[in-house]
Amino acid sequence: MFKGIRILPRQTKINFVKLRFMTYLISSIFVFGSITTYFIKGLNYGIDFRGGVMMEVRTSEPADLSDMRTQLGSLGLGDIALQEYGSPQDVLIRVEQQNGGEKAQMAAVQLIKDTLGTEIEYRRVESVGPKVGEELVSNSIQAILWALVAMLIYIWFRFEWQFGLCAIVALAHDAFAILGLYAVFGLEFNLTAIVGILITIGYSINDTVVIYDRIRENLRKYKKKPVLEIINKSINETLTRTILTSSSTLLALFSLYFFGGEVIANYSLPILVGVAVGTYSSIFLAAPLLLSFKLKVRKDEDPDMPDFNKIGAEKAAKS
Amino acid sequence: MVYIARWRIILVLLVSLAGIWFALPNFFSKKDIQSWPSFFYNEQVNLGLDLQGGSSILLEVDLKNVIKEYLSATVDEMRRSFRKEKIGYVGLGNNNKEIHFSLRNIDDQDTVKKLLKKLMGQDAVIDIGQNGKVTAQISDDTRKERLKMAISQSIEIVRRRIDEMGTKEPSIQQQGQDRILIQLPGVDDPGQVKNLLGKTAKLTFRLVHPQNSSSTVKSRVPLGAELIPSDEKGRGSTSHYIIQKRVDVSGEMLVDAQPTFDQNGQPAVSFSLDAKGARRFADVTRKNIGRPFAIILDNKVISAPVIQSEIPSGSGIITGNFSTAEAKDLSILLRAGALPAPLDVLEERTVGPDLGADSIEAGKMATVVAIIAVLVFMLLFYGPVFGIAANAALVMNLVLLFAALSLIGATLTLPGIAGIALTLGMAVDANVLIYERIKEEVSLGQAPMSAISVGYARAMGTIVDSNVTTLIGAALLYQFGTGPVKGFAVTLSIGILISMFTAISLTRVIVLWWMKAKGSTSELPLIK
Repeated sequence: MFKGIRILPRQTKINFVKLRFMTYLISSIFVFGSITTYFIKGLNYGIDFRGGVMMEVRTSEPADLSDMRTQLGSLGLGDIALQEYGSPQDVLIRVEQQNGGEKAQMAAVQLIKDTLGTEIEYRRVESVGPKVGEELVSNSIQAILWALVAMLIYIWFRFEWQFGLCAIVALAHDAFAILGLYAVFGLEFNLTAIVGILITIGYSINDTVVIYDRIRENLRKYKKKPVLEIINKSINETLTRTILTSSSTLLALFSLYFFGGEVIANYSLPILVGVAVGTYSSIFLAAPLLLSFKLKVRKDEDPDMPDFNKIGAEKAAKS
Repeated sequence: MVYIARWRIILVLLVSLAGIWFALPNFFSKKDIQSWPSFFYNEQVNLGLDLQGGSSILLEVDLKNVIKEYLSATVDEMRRSFRKEKIGYVGLGNNNKEIHFSLRNIDDQDTVKKLLKKLMGQDAVIDIGQNGKVTAQISDDTRKERLKMAISQSIEIVRRRIDEMGTKEPSIQQQGQDRILIQLPGVDDPGQVKNLLGKTAKLTFRLVHPQNSSSTVKSRVPLGAELIPSDEKGRGSTSHYIIQKRVDVSGEMLVDAQPTFDQNGQPAVSFSLDAKGARRFADVTRKNIGRPFAIILDNKVISAPVIQSEIPSGSGIITGNFSTAEAKDLSILLRAGALPAPLDVLEERTVGPDLGADSIEAGKMATVVAIIAVLVFMLLFYGPVFGIAANAALVMNLVLLFAALSLIGATLTLPGIAGIALTLGMAVDANVLIYERIKEEVSLGQAPMSAISVGYARAMGTIVDSNVTTLIGAALLYQFGTGPVKGFAVTLSIGILISMFTAISLTRVIVLWWMKAKGSTSELPLIK
């Protein structure tokens, strides 16, 4: 009977921890690069954050972008960007935030509609005032920070504070990687990006806790072994799982990216990168970082964790 | 002998059947469902406006205006009371925060204090200095109470106006402290809605001041009157009227308003007043025959017809060069009542019905491809028995997710679909964790059956810890996030809970069934 394919040799013994200084360096460069790009170039904030108008229109025949550009450019609405969106008949129009607050904004939408006429299908019209954008930024950052703090406390409670701290460092790394993706490539930073960061954090913490769980177990099991060995062993033991889970998730995300249409693709891209980065950071950052601390096993052991020394002894006694 | 607890089988079967029952309508079109027998569950998951098309409008209630209006109304009231009580004062006014004036005679301070408390609440902050300078502020509690009332009243009025328009299934919710979110499925041009919501619709009937006659002396407005711009279109030669401040009849006294036509066939709005309004209307019209009587909407004179005779019935018509549509809108506004404060549109998003349908189609397609890809993947790496168990769990996960979403009335949006992808990942993860653990136990020399039970038991610790961490994160996102962030947190939390259930119970029952059929000592169909 077919029992499935083996993806890795039975017991891998890759020395992940040895690579740590290299991965620390790579990650530092990435994070540092993200932050500098962010400060130099800034993020290409979309209308969700900056306010402004976005319209997706469909013309009956392939759209004449330059003609539309001149028509709309003469309206005096400031920066107007036009771009083909998915097909030659679909055009995405972006208008910068209007001076004069929310009312001016709504007037601009009307003006554009009047100019382009009624023969065009308005597939999507979004107009966001400046107030909402500012709040969205602070609100999202606040939500993410609180979520991080809560997870830190839970991990501290279930493991040790060192685990919590290292997990949060790895998560921050992931969030910066996504920010970097948007900063370096100048992608439009909208709510989709926030959702991407959220999913990345959710996935990455899951991945990290699985490895931590094994490290905790092995720390109890092998009290004499050096921590470095234990970390390595734990990463190796969970490696098949890490690879299978992340590749099946990536598989699902690639399907969304390629078959989900323009909008869903926009959502999937940051998550795709996030899942990959999250997997990397769990193995190469979250786990090895624990070495920077002196880990000790808690005396009051969890009741739900079996005592392996005892089990071994019982087995020996039986046989 | 392999033992499977009977309650476990029953639980799995019941939950699965319930899931299928409640999720079923989502896999059919609305039309199909209508032909189902009535005892079938027929609710589908709510689709967000980004998927089904429609308009959402975020409004802000201008709260500063609420306090401002309240203070100036109080100042008017005070002026009246002071006259009655014969109290001398100078410089009575307000700066939108507090009311201030100076007393002519400091001996009046006790009476004034009592009066102010009566008008502004017992807990009002009143300060009277030695020189007779008075400042008065309403307390924070009163202020909060006023604002809260203004919001709930605004929501009520907005709802009435939208209902009057005949939009189907509108959703009107308060968001944050001073926001109102309106969602209108199927509306692809929110222009008319915004027009209706852009007016406070404060209606008053007031007499035109006798000094109004010559349009040149309007720079000097007499006491007890004010200058109000005219909104009469076309025929109006005057741009402003001098109107008495005294309100004779106001919009609250209206009981009905309907679009109609005047004797010349011009669109107009007919109205009828309640008993109190009708009495006042009759009084004013009787005493002021021959004088113009102004109809004022949102501080603009719509028209100022001359009173021909007493109108005792308490009903009449408003004319003002309206178009038919304007007359209809005005009657809606008058029926629904006035907003306590102006509303500002902060955000407006409209998705056309075609784009929504395209998104659903693409989303369906992509989800199906994603599921098939993952199913094949799991079969490939875990073989038919464990693979099928994992895949059954995966499919059941989606079914239960849809059932849960329709039962709690959650709304599925585009970020929600992205959340489903993550949920699929988590569902796979729980099974992978368990299977890998079983493999390890087998390689440690455990017998097949004990490898299975130890594998499940030990993997559970990991699954619980990793999932609870994510759940805690999701709970915090729900608490502090807004809109889409919240929706994502809901989908994710439900997905995690369901994946924990399916991994623990469903796959286990399937695997144990197979073991029962094959005999407990047979080798596990799992690669070592």
